[in-house]
Parts: sequence; C-alpha cells; structure tokens
Amino acid sequence: MPLDYETLRIVWWAVLGILLIGVAVMDGFDLGAAILLPIVGRTNTERRIVINTVGPVWEGNQVWLILGGGAIFAAWPPLYAVAFSGFYLAMLLLLAALILRPVGFKFRSKLENKTWRAVWDGALFVGGLVPALVFGVAFGNALQGVPFHFDDTLRAYYSGDLWGLFNPFALLCGLVSVAMIAMHGAAWLACKTEGAMQSRSRRAGVAAAAALIVLFALGGFAASSLSFYAVQPPIDFAGPSNPLLKSVTRGPGLLMANYGLMPWTIAAPALGFIGAALAGFLAWRGRRAGLAFLASGLSIAGVIATAGLSMFPFLLPSSEDARSSLTVWDASSSPLTLLIMTVATAIFLPIVLGYTAWVYHMLRGPVTAESIGNEKHSY
Amino acid sequence: MDVVDLSRLQFAITALYHFLFVPLTLGLSIILAIMESVFVMTGRTIWRDMVKFWGVLFGINFAMGVATGITMEFQFGTNWAYYAHYVGDVFGAPLAIEGLMAFFLEATFVGLFFFGWKRLSRLQHLMTTWLLAIATNFSALWILIANGWMQNPVGARFNLDTMRMEVTDFGAVIFNPVAQAKFVHTVSAGYVTGAIFVLAISAFYLLNNRHRDIALRSMTVAASFGLASALSVVVLGDESGYTAGENQKMKIAAIEAAWETQPAPASFTAFGLPDQKNHVTRYAVEIPWVLGLIATRSFDGKVLGINELAAQAELRVRSGMLAYDAMQRLRENRDDSALHAQFQDHVKDLGYALLLKRYTPLVTDATPAQIHAAAEDTVPPVAPLFWTFRVMAGLGFYFIALFAWAFYLSTRRKFETARLFQRVALWSLPLPWLAAELGWYVAETGRQPWTIDGVLPTFLSASSTSAANVWVSLAVFTVFYSVLAVVDVMLMLRAVRAGPDGLASMPLSRPSGAQPAAAGGTDAA
Repeated sequence: MPLDYETLRIVWWAVLGILLIGVAVMDGFDLGAAILLPIVGRTNTERRIVINTVGPVWEGNQVWLILGGGAIFAAWPPLYAVAFSGFYLAMLLLLAALILRPVGFKFRSKLENKTWRAVWDGALFVGGLVPALVFGVAFGNALQGVPFHFDDTLRAYYSGDLWGLFNPFALLCGLVSVAMIAMHGAAWLACKTEGAMQSRSRRAGVAAAAALIVLFALGGFAASSLSFYAVQPPIDFAGPSNPLLKSVTRGPGLLMANYGLMPWTIAAPALGFIGAALAGFLAWRGRRAGLAFLASGLSIAGVIATAGLSMFPFLLPSSEDARSSLTVWDASSSPLTLLIMTVATAIFLPIVLGYTAWVYHMLRGPVTAESIGNEKHSY
Repeated sequence: MDVVDLSRLQFAITALYHFLFVPLTLGLSIILAIMESVFVMTGRTIWRDMVKFWGVLFGINFAMGVATGITMEFQFGTNWAYYAHYVGDVFGAPLAIEGLMAFFLEATFVGLFFFGWKRLSRLQHLMTTWLLAIATNFSALWILIANGWMQNPVGARFNLDTMRMEVTDFGAVIFNPVAQAKFVHTVSAGYVTGAIFVLAISAFYLLNNRHRDIALRSMTVAASFGLASALSVVVLGDESGYTAGENQKMKIAAIEAAWETQPAPASFTAFGLPDQKNHVTRYAVEIPWVLGLIATRSFDGKVLGINELAAQAELRVRSGMLAYDAMQRLRENRDDSALHAQFQDHVKDLGYALLLKRYTPLVTDATPAQIHAAAEDTVPPVAPLFWTFRVMAGLGFYFIALFAWAFYLSTRRKFETARLFQRVALWSLPLPWLAAELGWYVAETGRQPWTIDGVLPTFLSASSTSAANVWVSLAVFTVFYSVLAVVDVMLMLRAVRAGPDGLASMPLSRPSGAQPAAAGGTDAA
C-alpha cells in the first residue's frame, strides 16, 4: 500500500472539503442567480437573461452535488447513512428544490403565458433559496452535534425531527450560507450581464458581502460558546472504521481548540472575511468583475474550510451518544477503497477541471437580450 | 405498510420513473452523433437540421433524467441507510466514479451541444456530441457495475471489526460477468428505445405528409441502427440468462417456474400458471430442451429447480447460524481462535442466517420450522416474474421483426408509401418503454429477498426512520412526478407538433436528397 490508512483518511477528509467547496462555488453561483432572479431581473426579458447566464452550465454544476454525494457514499459510508437518513425530511426538501430548479430552467420560457412564467419564476427562486438554506442548516447542526446512536450491528438510530434542525444557531448558519451563495450569484451575474442589470447585480453583491461578513462574525462568536467534543486518547489513527471503539468527552470551547493547536488554520476564517470584503469592494467600485467572482469563490472556500477545521477530526458528532460520533479515524471506507478512489480522483478530477474550463471559455461573454434572441435553444 | 415496504415502493416508483428517461438518452444521443457525423462528412445542412430537431426532444428528456437521477442516489442514504453502511465500501465507489468519469462529461457537454452551434467549429461541435453520447454510455456502465454487484457480489468480504462488506478485489467488481452482460443488454435496449422513438415520430410526420425529407432520412438511420440494436438486445439478453444460470440460479428458476430439477436438457415452459403456494405450474405448455440450452449452453448441464435450490438454501441458513453464533460470541472474547475459525468457515453463509431475523431476533435460537421458512423466503415471487419476463422477451422479438421490416423498406426506399408500416411504427412508440420497465422489474424482483444477493436481506437494509416520514416523501414524489410527467409529455408533444420548421434555415431539398453541398453555406461555423 503506497499510502497508509491514516494518510488516506486525511486525504479524503480534504477531498470531502474540496468537493463541498466545489458544490458551493460551482452549483452555488447558479443557486445564487436563482435567488437574485426577482431582484436583478425586473422584466420578462431580463429574467430570461438571468436564466440564460446559467442555462448552458447548470447541468454540469449539478454534478458537483451528485459527485459530492457519491464521494461521501464511497469514502465515508457511515456519514452517508447517518446524515441522509437522519436529516430525512430536510433531504426531501433539498431534493424537491433541486428537481424543481432544472425543470424550471428548461420549462419556464417554453410557453408565452404570464402565469406560467410567474409560477416558474417563483419555483426557481425557492429552488435556489432552499438548497442554500438547507446546506447551511446542516452544517449548523453538525457543529452542535446531532442526536443519533449506533447499536452493536452499527445500525444508526436518529431521534431528532425536522423542526429540531431549524434551531437558532443552525438558522444563523443557514443565513450565512444564503448570504454567501447570494454574493456568489451576484458576482456571477455582474460578469455575465450589462447595463442596468449589471448595476443591480453589483448592488446586490455589496449587500450580500456585507451581510456575509456580519453573519459569519456572529456565527463565529456564537460557535465559541457552544459545547463541542474531543476524542479521548489514545487514538488509533489507522484503526477499523467502527465508531463504537472510542470514547469521547464533551465540553465548552472545544470548537476553537484546533485554532490554538494549529495556528495556521486561522487562515480559513481570514480567507472567508477577506474574500467577502474584496468581492464587496470590487462590486461597489464596479471594477474587475472576474476578480470579484474569484474573491467570492475564495470566501466560500474559507467559510466552508472554517467549519471543517473547527470540527476536525469530527465529521458528525452525536449529541445523544458521544461515543457514536463519526470522526475521520473511524467513519471511512477500507484502505483499498480509499486508495482506488484516490487514484480515480487524481486521474479524472484534473480532466474534469480542464474540460469545464474549456466549455466556460467557449461560452464566454455577456448574455444580452440580443444574444438570447438569436439563439433558438435559449431558455 | 412499514418502513421497508414503503421504501421499496418509493424506490420502485422513482426508479421506474427515472428509467423512463434513461433509455431514450442512451439511444438518442448515439443517433444524434450518427446524424451529425453524416452532416460533417457530407456538408448537407439537412442533417444538421435533423440533429437540432431531435436534439430539442433529447434536451427535454435529458433535463428530466438529471432531475430524477439525484433522487435515486440520495435514496440509498435516506431510505436504505443500513444498506449504505453495510455495502457502501463496495457499492459507493462505482457510483462516485460514474460521477467523476461519465456524468461530469455528459452534463458539462450537454450545454455546449445546445449553445455551441455558433461558437464551435463543425468538428468541435461533432466532438461535443460524440463526447455526450460516449459519456451517457459510460454512465450506464458504472451504474450497472454497481447494480451487477447487487446481483452477484464478487470481490468483497465481510469484515468483523467494521460489521460490513469491504472490497478485496476491485477488478472482480468491475469485470463482474453479470455487470458486463447487463451493461450490453441495457444499452442495447436504450438504442432500441431511441430508434423506435425516431421511427415512430418520423412515421407520424409521413402519415401527415409533413417534413418528409427529415422524416425519411431519420427513418433510414433508425432502421439500421434499430435492427442491429434489437438483435443485440435479444442475443445478449440470452447472455444475461446464461450468467444468471451461473450466478443466480434461483432467479432463472423462478423466471422459468422450474419447481423441480429436470433431467438435462431442461424444457422451456412457454405458458403456464405458476402456483407459488403448492410449488406447481398449472396448464404448463413445455418446449423440450430449450431452457437447458439457453441456461447452460450445453446438452448435459442441469438447470436446478426451485425446490432443490430452496433445500440448498436451508443448509446455508444452518451454516450461516454458526457464523452468526461465532460473531456474537467473539464480541465477548475477541481473541478466541476457535471462534475465529468457526466464523471464517461459515461467513459466506452469514447473509442466509440474517434471513432468520424476520422470525427470531436472536437468530441462533431458530426452530427447524423457522429455518425452513427462512429458506422458503429465498424463492422470489414466481408468477409475476414468469409473466413479465415472457412479455418482455416477446416484445424483444417483436422489435426485431419491426426493424427487419423497416430495414427492408429502407433498402427498397419504400418508407413513403408504406402506410401500414407507418401506422404500426407509430403505435409501437410506447413498447420499448414497456419492455425496459418490465426488464427492470424482472432483474430487481428476481433478486428478492435480497438487496445484495446472498449477503443482505432487503428487510434489514432500510433506514430506521419513521413510516410517517416515508409516507410524506412518497406523497411528495408521487405528486411532483405526476405533475412533471404531464408537463414533460406536453412539451414533447408541442415540440413534435411544431416539428423541425423554424429551427434552422432549411432549404427545400429534392426527394432524392441530392442537395448540393454548397447549401452548407448557411452554416455558421
């Protein structure tokens, strides 16, 4: 085995983070564009322009989410089992929104009926807002611990309900996520539109970036007083993936412990703030739309990395039975599966990034009323 | 109904629904690529107009496939959490690799297919279309590798420390003969679906004397592509019968309602009314030798009957109980080497002992009657399998006849006058979907009572969520999918009625199709 089990687990923890950031950055801008649809698009033509900025690319973006799900299934099966079945109704909400959205893109402009289009506009807005909110709320719950336990056959039992998920701290995280996704959507629309729509996108971008900075700071403040978990030494970094073999303590301030142990991790929240500030500043000055989009993406990476690093090595702590908590050291696939997945990712992810860049390059340039009028396949 | 039944119903509904879109995507993407290749090679713009027209229908279908596909992936976690834990180490990897290698390619290039006509050179666009077609087929390959492993779980073993199946040989998982046979059979069925779709809608135009140039050319492509695919479905469908004979003897015995092991070569029951309770088939009409030849490819290979297989299952339940017993006692004493030896000797039958959990949670205290009942449970529902398989196979032969007829007409250039054929082709439109859905039913119902054949029973695989939750999701999916189905069909019909007109500048062409290549001047390359 060229990579030992401990290293493979760290690699897949990082890949999980990269994929989640990929979802938020790539799928995020088209979710954000949908959230801003009623704000940036005032007329029917303007709304079609908003939709057509993401029209050719949303299918590819959605694959980040599908791959994220597949990677959790393959690399962190217990996490897949516990999170997806535990958050059952929240997942249903997410799925409903995600089904509505593509169908809305595709079907909205096929009929020239005002009510038809208004209904789909509403569906698209909800289809953008709900996933952004649910992702944030899910993180908010992971940061607090989730009520589940395993029996001795490692069957998971979850004792929470849907409303329990929407507690104040989780809702705050949900708002962080919505602000972040809206900022990113605004940065995208500022790149892809012109004139009045571009100014509206920039104003929305400034507001969303400011909201993100405030909410993210509030979230950090609230998180510092949450109680969190720590694995009791000795830890077997290469032990079997059975969460029940460890013991876990709970106490206040532990979410901040990693920043003391590894000071370089401060870079993640710093990136979250600086990226948002830069994206907001550039939007305000109306300059360098491309750079603003990049800054917004880096801010997203910083925010998500902050959540991941704060919890490390926990993936999903259990508030009901701390021992059942899922960590990097006891919730992964076997070494062989992780190795196979590492090889597959090392080969295919660069290829994916390469052709994605080529496709975006071929589709470059602003979307205008004229360009969608000329294109028979416009949405 | 309990969580397991509800989750099964939901998975069946959402999978059958998703599978309405998948075969057409598989087939139509290849047909689009063929048509566009003709355009690029000949420069005749009518072929590009054909790609654009069929592309509109492809796009509506593709969006539905993407939207409903996410549901399938998520359900393994939401509704089948114990399954996800138990086999995620093996089953998750092909799903993830499918996303990385195939679905990314497919979904990234589909946008460029529609929006790239004016931005790409002809060759670049042709490459886009081919990448789209190839990626959809790769997608099917990885999904069927995952599904094939459920039918024939090779290359993995149970790990006592983690209480789950883990990969030991990924090559065996990829080159699983069941997966390979399923792949060829399924994509061929998709090609048939695409070909009949094109054939039927072209026939509709000919019957109404509209768009004859596009309809005639489309029919010609569909006829030859469809004939080859229809032959491949049946020939390679037989191939999956053959591998089922090796790996899934119970499934083939149930499909054939073969209760008793017959002397070789076994006869094929063409008609009959299987009676599951009494283990007999009433009013059976048998054709000598045929089953033995199909299933074993020999005159002397025996096809095991259901009764004999159930008796073998009973032995495996008893053996599995020893593994289960060792597993329980090893919890108390992890270092007992005698127990480890006992576990290793019987672990291959552990799944059979799990069947007893339905009757006694302790497993090891099962009575002979309970052991017998668990063994009986390994018999899937015979009558539904017997009949759905026969309808599906009958449709397969019908498609060969239909395409043979189409191919004959195409070589004689008689599509335009063959009114009877046009009507038959039009009315055949729903049949490939019927066959595909039945095929899915046969494959997955024939796998029961297992989610992973011989490893994990279905009733243990579900999440420990509440039935109320699953009722809610079932209701949401049913309402949602019904609305989407109406909208989808409505948009498809609109697009078909509107026809290829107005999609692109289409110069009038002569009946022979002998357009000057200079007509390609309108092409914005």
